[in-house]
Amino acid sequence: MNTQAIKSIYIYEMARFFRTLMQSFISPVLSTSLYFVVFGTAIGSRIESVEGVSYGAFIVPGLIMLSVMTQATANASFGIYFPKFIGTIYELLSAPVSFLEIVIGYVGAAATKALFIGCVILGTAYFFVDLQIAHPVAMVAFLLLTCFSFALLGFIIGIWAQNFEQLQLIPLLVITPLVFLGGSFYSISMLPPVWQTITMFNPVVYLISGFRWAFFGTADVPIGISLFAIALFTGACIAVIAWIFKTGYRIKS
Amino acid sequence: MAAIVSVNALKKTYQGGFEALKSVSLDIEDGEILALLGPNGAGKTTLISVICGMVNPTGGAVTVGGHDIITDYRAARALIGLVPQEINLEPFEKVINTVRFSRGLFGKPRDDAKLERILKQLSLWDKKDSRIMELSGGMKRRVLIAKALSHEPRVLFLDEPTAGVDVELRKDMWEIVRGLKEDGVTIILTTHYIEEAEAIADRVGVISDGEILLVKEKAALMSQMGRKELEIELHTATDTIPDALTPYDLTLGKEGKSLIYAYDTGAERTGITKLLSDLAKEGLTMKDVSTRQSSLEDIFVGLVEDAR
Repeated sequence: MNTQAIKSIYIYEMARFFRTLMQSFISPVLSTSLYFVVFGTAIGSRIESVEGVSYGAFIVPGLIMLSVMTQATANASFGIYFPKFIGTIYELLSAPVSFLEIVIGYVGAAATKALFIGCVILGTAYFFVDLQIAHPVAMVAFLLLTCFSFALLGFIIGIWAQNFEQLQLIPLLVITPLVFLGGSFYSISMLPPVWQTITMFNPVVYLISGFRWAFFGTADVPIGISLFAIALFTGACIAVIAWIFKTGYRIKS
Repeated sequence: MAAIVSVNALKKTYQGGFEALKSVSLDIEDGEILALLGPNGAGKTTLISVICGMVNPTGGAVTVGGHDIITDYRAARALIGLVPQEINLEPFEKVINTVRFSRGLFGKPRDDAKLERILKQLSLWDKKDSRIMELSGGMKRRVLIAKALSHEPRVLFLDEPTAGVDVELRKDMWEIVRGLKEDGVTIILTTHYIEEAEAIADRVGVISDGEILLVKEKAALMSQMGRKELEIELHTATDTIPDALTPYDLTLGKEGKSLIYAYDTGAERTGITKLLSDLAKEGLTMKDVSTRQSSLEDIFVGLVEDAR
């Protein structure tokens, strides 16, 4: 294992993040604050509580998930797409590194950035609402798994994309709607029965539900199923990446 | 001398059927400078890309330092430094960071003293904290070289290092290459400038249409390739070449206003002095004299025709 190479990729990617630290830091704080003002205060004052939790607190896990999923995907896809776009990928291909090491480096860095933003949002939330975390270990585990699995998905998108439009396509057309419709701002039980059934096909529901359970001890779907869903998703991403690795899809002719 | 890079019956057919390499075999000796000459699309870059790991071969084998580039790719690639043809650099990154990154990718621990030596050698040290986008084209090319040298390779591939580079910088580049050879680095460079091969190479390989046409010591090749033409413009046009001048195998130029003499620069005697004095003896008055070297294009045409 070329650990030095993994370290180099990780540090190089993180350096890009720190170059724009203010943006990386301020934008999630600002958008979270806006969500709290709009949803928490304006709308939340009319919805007293959801399943015994104040509405302001109820949306915190959903908000964190929303940012973490989009950030992990965006960072990882850009991280690997950019060298492809500007041609510096030659260096990765001609270095004595395995594809696995490349994946660990890029996905690790993207997951770290998403985790950082997740923590920033959680910190910001404490200024607005009273929060108790019922299962801290499970909360951290869910957060880490989500960062990691969506960074894997982002990596796949970055390899697949052949232009900037394609790079934006999946996050914009698939991930954002799924997250919004996945119960970030409401409980599935608030929906009409037909929509409750349809929603169950949205994989993001299981993540948000599981994450919410870690905060409040209540969930839309049983925690076991949530865990199974995220494991399945991670497994699928790893399988696709293994296939890319074997065939050199879109990186090696 | 032992071969450090050994290419054996290497084939590459791209998707879509384009045959970029048709069974290329080539031994590159330890410590030499080999220039690969060839027109655009000859397969130079494909050959380098396969050896360095960017393109999968369709057939054949390559070893670097005895290590197969597929089954033992880590050991093989660790020996290779690559300077690509295009200036592929991240514009927002600082020089020192991008060079440090390259070293790390090759599994070498951070060594700022070594990088300082490399950057100084390439006159980049005072630019180490500049962003890539602030550098001139020539500087960027040096950064690419610094990146390739950062992990102390034994074999360095330079893919058209002087394409689109001014004369001054080209000479600098040649100096750098000579310096590297002194350090014991084996250098393979591709070019379509014959002067470049002439200036720095030990051996010259000619590649065309995915085939190596020949690999020869530079001196031998230059004498074979170095055909020159002397054009003698006459004061008064003539329609016949005087009998006394037939041994020179002259041809008449446009409207009989000039005589053209083809000679070999590598030959011991070019026969120019005698020709000129014989011309004077025949009473022909010269208006002007010019020489022209056969272009690389002509040489390729010649070689390709010979190969058939």
